[in-house]
Amino acid sequence: MANPIRQLGQRSLNLVQEAGGMMIFLLEGLGLACVPPFRFRRFLQELQNIGVRSTLIVMLTAAFTGMVMALQGYYTLRRYGSEGALGSVVALGLIREMGPVLTGIMVSARAGSAVTAEIGIMRITEQLDALDTMAVNPIQYVVMPKLLAGVIAVPLLTAIFDVVGILGGYLVGVVLLGVSSGSYFSSMTQSVVMNDVNGGIVKSLVFGLTIILVACYNGYYTEHGAEGVSKATNQTVVLSAVLVLAWDYVLTSFFM
Amino acid sequence: MIKIINLVKSFRGHKVLDGINLEIPTGQITVVIGKSGVGKSVLLKHIIGLLKPDSGQILVDDRDIALLKGNSLREFKLRLAVLFQGGALFDSLSVFENIAFPLREKTRLSEDEIATRVRERLVQMNLASEVEAKFPDELSGGMKKRVALARAMIQEPEIMFFDEPVTGLDPPMTNTVFHLISKTHQDSGYTALMVSHDIPEVFHVAHQVAMLHKGRIIAAGTPEEIQSHPDPMVQSFIHGEVDFLED
Repeated sequence: MANPIRQLGQRSLNLVQEAGGMMIFLLEGLGLACVPPFRFRRFLQELQNIGVRSTLIVMLTAAFTGMVMALQGYYTLRRYGSEGALGSVVALGLIREMGPVLTGIMVSARAGSAVTAEIGIMRITEQLDALDTMAVNPIQYVVMPKLLAGVIAVPLLTAIFDVVGILGGYLVGVVLLGVSSGSYFSSMTQSVVMNDVNGGIVKSLVFGLTIILVACYNGYYTEHGAEGVSKATNQTVVLSAVLVLAWDYVLTSFFM
Repeated sequence: MIKIINLVKSFRGHKVLDGINLEIPTGQITVVIGKSGVGKSVLLKHIIGLLKPDSGQILVDDRDIALLKGNSLREFKLRLAVLFQGGALFDSLSVFENIAFPLREKTRLSEDEIATRVRERLVQMNLASEVEAKFPDELSGGMKKRVALARAMIQEPEIMFFDEPVTGLDPPMTNTVFHLISKTHQDSGYTALMVSHDIPEVFHVAHQVAMLHKGRIIAAGTPEEIQSHPDPMVQSFIHGEVDFLED
């Protein structure tokens, strides 16, 4: 009996230790953004890697999400003769929830895994040690630009997601199912308020930071060669997706 | 002068270094030999500041490097360069950018001056100019080692560290790399610590050889003294006897 309790205690301690380590890592990364050298070029490269290269997959996901939301929404609203509110349903769903969450999950799958693999390989091939011995802080050179790029890129990708999703909804609702174009957009402008947009932006900022933090941390502390990189990459995708959903609940309850 | 005093390091209860005492004289090449997994690279990582000892001291010019922080730690690192076992070249940078990296990070030289210095090092390492546009994954093992050596040497270090510099290379390339190490040492006169198990090649480049076994230095001296050392462990290792290697 004592053994499972001890194991549970040990696991809890490990979890707290890991969370503490991650917070220190985050503070160090963000703190190093405030001291020279500022690594602006590295930041732009990471913005390209994390943001620009995720745009297509985010747009694709957004289009289908908007389309399916319009399809589901239309047949539900038709029962009550409220098809005109379709624009409102699609836009609120996307801006408040689906946009930030699905963008976060897509960025975690595409860019988060790549970030962990890149840093993990740098760790096991001693490239991070090489930076350190050249008096270049590896966290400042490798991690900090990625963290900043994540914070900037994910809200922008979320905005793209929302716009493309609304257009996807328009395609299905207006072009295919015959909802009036005017009511699609007017219901949207009447129901979406600035608080909805702000909530989506805050969520996407938090998700962006969380995803890239988890990705960088797992990569930076990779151990045991290629197998370790594989495990770290897998852990990044799973943990960041779970954290995005958990944060979503916390932030939604805060904004409600 | 680098002085290692009673250095102890354990990993998960297993003592890897158990009271290392060693002096690395200025301007000379000291080679630490010992079988694989004995802790040679761990020792080297302590001296370059990548690992912290459980106890003991590493003194560089009478300053304990474990106590260095901020600018003084940075100044210490600016004096050294490391040739890592796998080269540790940056995958995302070309050969030229890899060699130029320390100059771009540590100096304010113009791009023209950096290009001149990079090309001088390529020539010194017998690397053709076409190599400079290639990426590390397009290079052979020997070329990677020479590029990594060029990147280390361009920093004009006072102290050089070599971690298994010829592991995985064929005999001609092994001799080439050792020849380049000797040549660069003659030119620059740096203090060097090399960890290696390449016998007998290391005896040709070393001024001092120390043997690490079970966490301790069991023998140290000139290459000649080590080759005629009475300790059976030392003799067994340098002659590659099977029973010792399987110990």
